[in-house]
Formats: sequence, C-alpha cells, structure tokens
Amino acid sequence: APRMFTPSSRNSASPVLLLVLLGCVLCPPAQANKSSEDIRCKCICPPYRNVSGHIYNKNVSQKDCNCLHVVEPMPVPGNDVEAYCLLCECKYEERSTTTIKVIIIIYLSVVGALLLYMAFLVLVDPLIRKPDPYTQPLHNEEDSEDTHSLAAVPTLAGARANTVLERVEGAQQRWKRQVQEQRKTVFDRHKMLS
Amino acid sequence: MDQKGFRRGSFQSATSDEDMLEIAGASMDFSMADDDPPLDREMGGFSSYNGGGMNGTSAMMDFLEEPLPGVGTYEDFNTIDWVREKSRDRDRHREITNRSKESTWALLHSVSDAFSGWLLMLLIGLLAGSLAGLIDISAHWMTDLKEGVCLAGFWFNHEHCCWKSNTTFTDRDKCPEWKSWSQLILGHGEGAFAYILNYLMYVIWALMFSLLAVLLVKGFAPYACGSGIPEIKTILSGFIIRGYLGKWTLVIKTVTLVLAVSSGLSLGKEGPLVHVACCCGNILCHLFTKYRKNEAKRREVLSAAAAAGVSVAFGAPIGGVLFSLEEVSYYFPLKTLWRSFFAALVAAFTLRSINPFGNSRLVLFYVEFHMPWHLLELVPFILLGIFGGLWGAFFIRSNIAWCRRRKTTRLGKYPVLEVIVVTAITAILAFPNEYTRMSTSELISELFNDCGILDSSKLCEYVNDFNSTKGDDLPDRAAGPGVYTAMWQLALALIMKVFITIFTFGMKVPSGLFIPSMAVGAIAGRLLGVAVEQLAFYHHDWAIFSGWCSPGADCITPGLYAMVGAAACLGGVTRMTVSLVVIMFELTGGLEYIVPLMAAAMTSKWVADAIGREGIYDAHIRLNGYPFLEAKEEFSHKTRAMDVMRPRKSDPPLTVITQDTMTVEDVETIVTSTTYSGYPVVVSRASQRLVGFVLRRDLIISIENARKKQDGIVSTSIICFTDYCPPLPPSSPSVLKLRSILDLSPFTVTDETPMEIVVDIFRKLGLRQCLVTHNGKLLGIITKKDVLKHIAQMANQDPDSILFN
Repeated sequence: APRMFTPSSRNSASPVLLLVLLGCVLCPPAQANKSSEDIRCKCICPPYRNVSGHIYNKNVSQKDCNCLHVVEPMPVPGNDVEAYCLLCECKYEERSTTTIKVIIIIYLSVVGALLLYMAFLVLVDPLIRKPDPYTQPLHNEEDSEDTHSLAAVPTLAGARANTVLERVEGAQQRWKRQVQEQRKTVFDRHKMLS
Repeated sequence: MDQKGFRRGSFQSATSDEDMLEIAGASMDFSMADDDPPLDREMGGFSSYNGGGMNGTSAMMDFLEEPLPGVGTYEDFNTIDWVREKSRDRDRHREITNRSKESTWALLHSVSDAFSGWLLMLLIGLLAGSLAGLIDISAHWMTDLKEGVCLAGFWFNHEHCCWKSNTTFTDRDKCPEWKSWSQLILGHGEGAFAYILNYLMYVIWALMFSLLAVLLVKGFAPYACGSGIPEIKTILSGFIIRGYLGKWTLVIKTVTLVLAVSSGLSLGKEGPLVHVACCCGNILCHLFTKYRKNEAKRREVLSAAAAAGVSVAFGAPIGGVLFSLEEVSYYFPLKTLWRSFFAALVAAFTLRSINPFGNSRLVLFYVEFHMPWHLLELVPFILLGIFGGLWGAFFIRSNIAWCRRRKTTRLGKYPVLEVIVVTAITAILAFPNEYTRMSTSELISELFNDCGILDSSKLCEYVNDFNSTKGDDLPDRAAGPGVYTAMWQLALALIMKVFITIFTFGMKVPSGLFIPSMAVGAIAGRLLGVAVEQLAFYHHDWAIFSGWCSPGADCITPGLYAMVGAAACLGGVTRMTVSLVVIMFELTGGLEYIVPLMAAAMTSKWVADAIGREGIYDAHIRLNGYPFLEAKEEFSHKTRAMDVMRPRKSDPPLTVITQDTMTVEDVETIVTSTTYSGYPVVVSRASQRLVGFVLRRDLIISIENARKKQDGIVSTSIICFTDYCPPLPPSSPSVLKLRSILDLSPFTVTDETPMEIVVDIFRKLGLRQCLVTHNGKLLGIITKKDVLKHIAQMANQDPDSILFN
C-alpha cells in the first residue's frame, strides 16, 4: 500500500525512451559538419539611380562576406562602386539542414506514434481486454487515497504477477487511472485549469 | 510564537544509513551544535529530548525507528510543510558532512552531493534548450505548412526553402521551390479560385492542428492545457499537484504547443515553455536523491528551471532569472539566484547552438537599431503606457468573466467543440488580412523593424526622395499609399486580436499570453509612431517639433514606439516590472531605451493597478481557488487569532489525541470519522497541555504497517507517543510506539496574537497549520485554508471559493 503514494515512475516507458532518443539525436546535429550548401553570404542592394534593387547570394566564408566579393557582376561603373557598396548590406548566414530534417522527422514520428497509440486505446484495447470486474471501482476514486481502495490493482493470478507483461499491464492500468482522474479534475469538475 | 529549541543529546544509533531521511531524528548522531544562529533553532523539527542515559538500548526498543516508505511524503492536493522539509535537508547534510571524515568514499560522496545541484542545473539547461529548439523549428515549419509546401524537401519552411534560390528585391518571398496549395493543386496561383482554395486549405489545416491538439490533451495529459504559470506559482508556494510536472505532461505539452501555435490561434508559447522547463526540472530531479526526496529542495530546482524556460523563450537569461524571482517563485534564496542564472545561460547556449532562426539569434524579433529618442517623445510613450494599462485591466476582467462562464455553465462541457469553433473563427477572420495571416511573432518582428532602404514591405513604403538620401540614414518621409493601407489593416488586426485573445486564453490547449499582448501593444505603438512621424513631417514648423526635428533629419522611429507599446501592454496584463524591462532591453540590446520602457511599464502598471489589483496569473489563481497565500499584499485588519481559529464557539471541541492513553481503535475511529490532515497530541484531556502534532497520513501508514508487521498489536493496544511509556500489566497487549512520527515543535501562538502577525508567520515560514494556546493550554488550530478564507472574507470575496484542502 505505501507504494501507491510515491509518484509512479513507470507509468509508461515510451516517454522516457522518447526523451532519451531526443537527447541522442539532438547532440550530433548540433555539431554537424557544415556542408557547403548550408552557408551563404547574402547581400541586399537597394535601387540606385537607374539600377534596380537586387539580392546576391554567394557561398563564401565569413571574412569574404562583403559587397566587393559577392556582388558580381557589378552593375555600376568603377568610380561608383564605393557609393553603391555603401548602400548594400551583407550578412553572413548559416544553417544546418540536417538539424532541421532530423527535428521535423522526430516531431512527426512522435505525433504519429501518439496518434497510433490513441487509436489503439480507443479502438483495439476495449476489444482485447476482458470486461474486468476489478476495473469497476473506478468511480470510487472520490474516496481519499488514504483508504485501501486503490490497493486493488488487478492481478489475474498471484503466481504470474511478476512477469514483464503483467508489470507493463499494471503500469498501464495505473497510468490510465491517473489520466482518468486528471480528466475528471480538469474537464468534468473544473477544479483546475479552467 | 513558542520556540522550543531542544538540546540534542548524542546518540549512537544501531541503524545509521536509513536514518538519514528519518524525520524523527531520535537516533541520529548529533554533536552539540549550539553555534546555529537563533533563527535556525526553531527549525529543529524533531530533535529528541535531552536523553541522559539513553544509549543503544532505546534503538532496540523502538521497532519503528526505520522510516516507513510513505511517511514524510504528502498526499495529492496538499500543502507541504516547509519547516519540516528544510530541517530534513539540514539533517541530511549534517549527516553527510559528519561521515565524510570517516573514509575516502564518504568524502567523495559529500563532494558529489555538493556538486549535484550544479550538475542538475546543467542537465536542466540542456534539456530545456533542446526542447525549445525543437518547438521553435517545428512551429515554424507547421505554421508555413498552412500556406504551402516546399518541393525541395517537405521539412523546409518557406524561408529555408527559398534560401538557396535567387529571389528578386521586390518579391523576396517567391521562389520556384515553394508552392502554395493552390499552385500545387491547380497549377497556378492567381485568380479568385486560387485565393478561395488557399483560404480553404488554410482553414482546414488550422482546424486539423487544433483538433489534434485538443484530442491529444484530452486523451493523454489533461494537465497539459492552459498556460501553466498560475499552477506553477501555486506549486512553488508549497502545493502538491501530482502529475502536473510529469513525463506525459511534458511530452504532450511540447507536442500540442507546436500544434496550437501553428494553427493560427492567438496564443503564444512563452508561458507553456515555462511549464515545459519545470517539467524537465522535475523529471531530472528524480536522478538525484537529494532532490527527489525533499520537496523544498525540489522547489528550488523548479524556480531555476522556470528561469531557464523564460530564458529560451525570449533569449533573455537575466530577464528569465528576474521573471522567476518576481512572478513565479515564492521563496527564492540567494543560492537559487546563482544557480538559476547558470541554468538560464546553459539553456540559452544550447538553443543558440541548435540555431533555430538561422542567424544565431534566439528570438525571432531581435532588433538592432540604436536611434536616439527625444525627451518630448516621453509624452506618447506615457500615452502608450496608459493604453497598455487600460487594455490589461480590460483583458483581465473579460478573460476571467469568460473563464468563469466556462467553469460554471454548459460551455465547459464541450471543450473540443469550443476549440474547434474558436479556431474556425480565428482562421476565417485572419486569412484576408495579411497582418493576421502571418504568425504573431513575425508580425511583431515586422512592427519592431525600423524601415531602411532595404526594406520593401508595405509598412515601409514611404515616398522616397533620392536626392536627399545620405547613406543608410533615412530621414522622416511622407507616407506613401502602402503605409496608409498598412495602417488600416493594422487597425483591423488590432481590434481582432484584442477580442479573440479573450476567448483563446484558457482553452484546453496550451496557450500563452505574452506574444498576443506584445502584438496588441506593438500594433498600437506602431500606429501611434507613424502618426507622430507624419505629424512631425508635415508640421515641422510647430513649436514642439521645431526645436529638435528639422526637416531632413530622422527623428521619430516608429519601431521604438512599437517596442514601448509591446512592453506597456505586457506590463498591464502581467504586472511585471523589473523583469519586463530587462527582457525588453535584452531583446533590443540597447541601453538607450531603458527610460522609455520604464516610463511605459510604470505608467501601465499604475493605471492597471488603479482599476484592478491583480495580474492575470493571480486572477486565475483566485478563479481556480488554489491555496496560494499572496506574499505581496498587506493584511491590515485588526482581527486576532481567536477570531480565525477552529473550533469556533459553536463547534464541537478540538479533536485531540492523548499521548499515552488512547488505543489503536480509538485513534482509527478518530481518523476515519474526521477529515483533518493532522491532530494535536496533548498530555491528557483534562490538562490539554500540548505535546506535539501528528499528521494523519503518517498515523495511517504507521498503524497499518504495525498491524501487519508488528507482533501483538491489536485494536486494544495502547498508542504511546512518548519515550517513556507508562508500565502496563503484563496481560495487556503490547504498546505501539509512535514517537517517531510526532512533531515535537509545532508552532503555537496565543489567542491574543494579532492576525497580521499570524499571516506574516504563515507567509514567511511556509506553515501549514499553527496551534493556538491560551494560558499555556491548547485552545484551537489555525490552518492555511482558514487564513486564506479569512483574508478572502476580509476582502469581501467569497470565502467558499477556496477549494483545495
């Protein structure tokens, strides 16, 4: 019974796995080698006299990122170049396409996994699970936790209670009860977060 | 206030390791530590009597010396006992320090214990920064997904899609790789049918995102909705909400925050990012025993995590620490200041290395201009402050009214439908206006932008006179037609945002408030700035302008007005002071703008405070009835402790337990027939002299455990709370000793103590309950809930709205 009061650290393994996966995958992209297509020097030059405005992109390093190296062909004759270049603004930018790709793919897979799990819980789970008399007392959650009502975690047979599957079942049941309790608090009784 | 500082005898205990976390301390090895400063003495929660002659034998006699799992923890929706937690930590620390002299291993253990806090901060910063990077990049991509898709790789958003290709100066957004939905489906992007198709796809995507968000929230983690800051404030003041900072809440909040922001709803991600960072903090606390088992230490970590959350939201580490200090935390010891700063810096650094915005900036709307401003411009800045205060007060009133309606009427029964309807309305109204179609962060970025020659947006379409152009410095110019169009579009956007945010904040999806308020303020500021600029241009011969604004000079910067407006509106809603100014100036990087920002923030706070006392987070705390004892308000009524204590004159007398005359059955009857969270223990019913205080939960766990594990404990066994139990005839059942769960130094006040002092004691020490004595005899008890009800009653509010126990 005292176990009930400690915060359950095993309600589902998947969030922990996700966090670990996130950590592992985010580290390499942060130090990814910059491929040549991920850096650029962007020079924006406004309209000048009869020359229209133009944007120049070039793949140069940061020390070469100025008007003279990037703007070519130069639209103004030699003696005007300085005045023209004063108006242009050059910025060095870099990005990491691998980071972006990895993060988007991680995100989409997490959303996909959550959707699948939700579909499983709503559609498939009620069919698999036998209608269990032990799951009826869910409406007794009104009782305070310090009576023994929550001790009735359904274990089908005492001898098999410790297999991995049974433990996962038990954890999942606990988690579902927790979510149901939260849902009642927030959505039904409007006790929190209204 | 009775201070019972017991002198601690020195004991050798038979079981040393488990006693580290024991709350009783009866068998701990203390040296005579009288050099503790007097204030700490009262924190010695459970020290033993000065035990002369009690050596190892007592440890054998007391079967229940080892702490049972569960004793010392708290139930859900209860307040922690700060005093007990702090003293437990001190005991633990003392134990480690004393044993570190014994062996090298113990020395290493003590060193690692000291560094565990810093390691934890590092991990929190890393995790919070990574999650913020994930949220930023995904939100950017999904926001653009409503408008089109990139053929060069579907994971690129609009800006990154066009990164490589050559765009023209006037049409910087168009490139062949990015196809809008109508271009993809129909093959061309022009014409009425294409517009309608784009419109339809926009609304459909928005609805899909928000529907998915609310279903995920409802299905997996109902605690993930809302902003999170009111609940975190309550948690940090000592309340327990199990599951609020858990793993599932973290995952769902991260995922649905991206969905909610991308669906075009008028909400931001700063508040939820604080919640995400606190979840990271709570989860990582489980790796370290020091923080896992102690609720007070954990709250220190959560304060630091909140600072890291704001730091990654705004790119403002110092602002984050100040926000945590000012808005979120309840107790903020100085040690936490340095650690919060470290966590905020690590988080900011991690986010920068992930580089979500492609230019090493942390926030989308970082501005870099440093144009000077003139003293006379303080008048429009103060006007903006007044606008911010008025809007803040209006928003708080209407949002609370709407949330109350959602809480009490049938509207609250259809959360999914509500989200869908609000999203549909927002999307349908937002698409036609270019300024509401873009994401709010982009809007703010554009409004903060100072127009240079290189800008080609509609807002910068001034009438250019090329002969007077000197370099990059543009003078004040007459507004072109583009500017006028932008002005009325912005005005419409302002009206829409003002009203739609009221219905959006508080819905059952993660929703933040900072960005919409800043958007409202930025729009108002920019409108005023352009108006003043045009006034100065057309009437440069007026007395107020002629002194400092000659024609051809660049005097007025509408971007600065937008910034000041944003700060004013944010201050009006949240009532932040220092942290707001620091965040805004960290966003701009310029010390020149501190005076206008402060002027606007102060004005908006004064105006808003004149209309309504509370900020939005405090108003939500009061709406939900959380037991949060406001630390900033003064209690100024002349009531006394006897007016507030329970039992009142008409109630049955106080339920007490005697120290050695009650049986197990009697105690169980008391516990089951009443719902109090603790019971005072007295010497005898006749004398009512106080011995200590015992908590309900500890009683229940100990009695249950004793019935199962100890021999001879039956319903007629006597429960004894003292060291020396009275001798019993040999035929009676064995005695149940519960000395270890008794708190021997409960706080007491006399019945004549003014309530001002009692409220102060509750605030400063974080008490849950306080006993009231009269002439040395126990008279009654005051709990935190009673104090809150009394304050509410004195303020003429409904005392029954304090819901939680």
